[in-house]
Amino acid sequence: MASFDVIFLGGGPAGYVGAIRCAQLGLNTAVVEREGLGGTCVFWGCIPAKALLEAGHIADRLKHAPEFGVTPGEVKLDFGVAMKRSRAVSTQNSKGVEFLFKKNKITWIKGTAKLAGKSSVSVKTADGKEEKHDAKKAVVISTGSRVKGLPQIGLELNKKTVISSDEALILEKTPKSIIIVGAGAVGSEFADVFNSFGSQVTLVEVMPNVLPVEDTDSSKEVERSFRKRGIAVLTGAKISNVKVGKDSVSMSIEAGGEKKDYKADIVLVAAGRAPNIEDIGLKEQGVQLTERGFIRINERMETNVKGIYAIGDVAGPPMLAHKGEREGMIAAEVIAGHHAQVLDYTNIPGATYCHPEVASVGLTEQQCKDRKLDYKVGRFPFSANGRARTSGETEGFVKIIRGAKYGEILGAHIVGAHATEMIHELVVARTNEFTVEEVDLAVHAHPTLSEAIAEAALDSMGKMIHA
Amino acid sequence: MATKVFMEALSPTMEEGKLVKWLKNEGDTVKSGDPLGEVETDKAIMELVARGDGVLRKRLINEGDSVPVGTLVGVIAGKDENIDDLLAGAAAPAGAPAPQPEKPTVPAPAVEAQQSTGPSRGTPVPPPQPPAPPRPPAAPPAPAAPAPAPQQRAASGAVRSSPLARRLASERGLDLGTLQGSGPNGRIIRRDVENAPATAAAAAVGPSVLPSSGQADFQDVPLTNIRKVIAKRLSESIGPIPTFYLTVELDLTRVMEMRGAMAELGDEFKVSVNDVLLKAIAVALSQHPEVNAHWLGDHIRYFNRVHLGMAVATDDGLIVPVIWDADRKGMAQISREAKELAKRARERKLKPEEFTGSTFSVSNLGMFGIDQFTAIINPPEAGILAIGTGEDKLVVVDGEPVVRKRVRLTMSCDHRVIDGAVGAKFLQTLRRLVENPLMLVF
Repeated sequence: MASFDVIFLGGGPAGYVGAIRCAQLGLNTAVVEREGLGGTCVFWGCIPAKALLEAGHIADRLKHAPEFGVTPGEVKLDFGVAMKRSRAVSTQNSKGVEFLFKKNKITWIKGTAKLAGKSSVSVKTADGKEEKHDAKKAVVISTGSRVKGLPQIGLELNKKTVISSDEALILEKTPKSIIIVGAGAVGSEFADVFNSFGSQVTLVEVMPNVLPVEDTDSSKEVERSFRKRGIAVLTGAKISNVKVGKDSVSMSIEAGGEKKDYKADIVLVAAGRAPNIEDIGLKEQGVQLTERGFIRINERMETNVKGIYAIGDVAGPPMLAHKGEREGMIAAEVIAGHHAQVLDYTNIPGATYCHPEVASVGLTEQQCKDRKLDYKVGRFPFSANGRARTSGETEGFVKIIRGAKYGEILGAHIVGAHATEMIHELVVARTNEFTVEEVDLAVHAHPTLSEAIAEAALDSMGKMIHA
Repeated sequence: MATKVFMEALSPTMEEGKLVKWLKNEGDTVKSGDPLGEVETDKAIMELVARGDGVLRKRLINEGDSVPVGTLVGVIAGKDENIDDLLAGAAAPAGAPAPQPEKPTVPAPAVEAQQSTGPSRGTPVPPPQPPAPPRPPAAPPAPAAPAPAPQQRAASGAVRSSPLARRLASERGLDLGTLQGSGPNGRIIRRDVENAPATAAAAAVGPSVLPSSGQADFQDVPLTNIRKVIAKRLSESIGPIPTFYLTVELDLTRVMEMRGAMAELGDEFKVSVNDVLLKAIAVALSQHPEVNAHWLGDHIRYFNRVHLGMAVATDDGLIVPVIWDADRKGMAQISREAKELAKRARERKLKPEEFTGSTFSVSNLGMFGIDQFTAIINPPEAGILAIGTGEDKLVVVDGEPVVRKRVRLTMSCDHRVIDGAVGAKFLQTLRRLVENPLMLVF
């Protein structure tokens, strides 16, 4: 039994960042985490997936290397090697968080936690012991989320032929054929990876477009690129007749007015994640949930129970590491009695790391239409950008939607190489309420991909130079 | 870094403030936004808040002292920081405006400057003859330069604001220095401008306010030559605001019938004659923007929204709280707001945004049995309506003497804005509305 100021339940990006900020603000802080510090992001999401995407991208780039005067010898693809490297990167990142914990004198309690009162937590440790710990100031729930299957259509996860991203990240070799159900960020990224490593990929989406939360133009651009690379993309699709066999899965998919039977070695279900709200004592302490089953919080990350906070995936969408991290920092500042700047959820960027990459902040054009906003669109294609031509990555565009009257950035969308890096110029602009004029006034170095942003800003004012 | 604490202009018309009470002692740690003391302005008791973090090192005036806006009243600094230099300046004579270097400047890109539709009062047209009339007072919501008072942010240097906020403020003719920023470190962001009183929309006024119609809130029209001559000649004749008066006697029979019928429906439908008149006046103003206007020296501002000022007598004197968008509110809401505003005015609890920004005002002395009177215009407004008592009178209807409830309204008009016929037409509309109150439903 030990006594802390703050105890976090879960050491993912929300929990560990919140814990570090708590410690920096002088609070005696502990984090209960059963697996490894870094959570889903470090072990089962962001980090290993990006390592695999990089591997696939190298393979794809090599196909074009001869055009650059570089002709490699025989190119051999080994998913197992790429997978092991991705695990090593994950471990390295987790060790990094462990180091930060030591540096900030944060206690890592290894085990599974449960609320034992308004200000105490019981932990079942790895060796089966029960401990109780006090949290004098706050308990922060940062238990995250987990993969889920689609049992309602017969796709219960069996971890062999019907898998989730968790299993996909530790496959020893690529399947010959794979059907990916769900073309959000996760589904699209795995479609990219498995295509690069030679699998026959079918990407299925119920909604009318891949990456349904993105601007339709972005979705269409990715769809076009995927099709060009040989990925079968089925949108507006309906799945029926699922038969899960020992070595393969078959199903009927209706899309574009025709119904066909499909069969693959593996089905990857990438249709959302479920919040981890079970067995942590929420009910006993009277912590309220939303209709969708997330923990209900206010803008100070407080639940309805005084002293209990919730952050990250378990506290509601968007389920993004950077959203959780920011919520962790806000919770820490609130707990420490500091003034926390309220998080504007409309300024959280979205990033998908498939190739071409997709990044966005703010509203889509459709949302602007739905809200009857008076807007103007500025656009610039990378095919007209010097730097993009030098690297031969001319897919994609920058699209900026601005208010017609004041020029404020309603939304920004980038598709193309390094889009997820470039978006931050527009995130800074939008967060600070710059208008397209300030974006244009900032001098952009030449030749860079970012020039496309300045051009799109100009185009939104009808003053584009290079197209 | 040290932060000077100045007496701030806590209301748009405040020129001096009385420190009623210090809320922090010397040596107390303070954070930006913490209340330091209570200040009595010309209108209300307000909090003077810290504009920086640190320790309140020095209090330079005592409780009960009155000092002009811009006077250094304290210093916030680090615990051991040397503040002698700052204190040396404290002896500055009362009345000195805020130190020049602290003057907030909003660097606006050229484009923004061009777009500015705010009142450019740099070159007012002063009637050349002696004695020079005083400059017309600044419009409360939209002064480009409200008197010599430094802006609230004077103590922390330039006004921190986002480009979008600057653009919105410039279009609405709002002075950023009068706004409170809610962004990081008090930065003024879009929300603050949109929530600002006076010209901007909604939030500050509470959930009751209707969304803006989308059109601009007002229209600035430069003076025509004939208007300039009218202004000059009449000012010579009668004073800085050449006022004339129009009186009408309105029949309240149908208003009384309507009130009676509504009251029978239940207590929640009870409204006073005054509430009905306020509504009628607001609706009439919405149909006559030529009366719902401000005289701004070199131009006239015609308002598309009706913010009705209503004079309230308090123990300390007169104050004019504002019912926002009164023409678009129902009678029940007007009734509620009028009651609430009057109550809070008497308790001196009005916030500045609740008594600034009126486009036209009304004064009612009917409850004192005054038959009719003339009210004094609240500049820069172009007119004010004085409401007398409603009483039974013998009048002739269709050749027969009958007893009718009647009320006398006298409108004071600034002739520089409102000509006789213009005022008369407005009163005609008002008569139609009051004598046929069902029209207010449309």
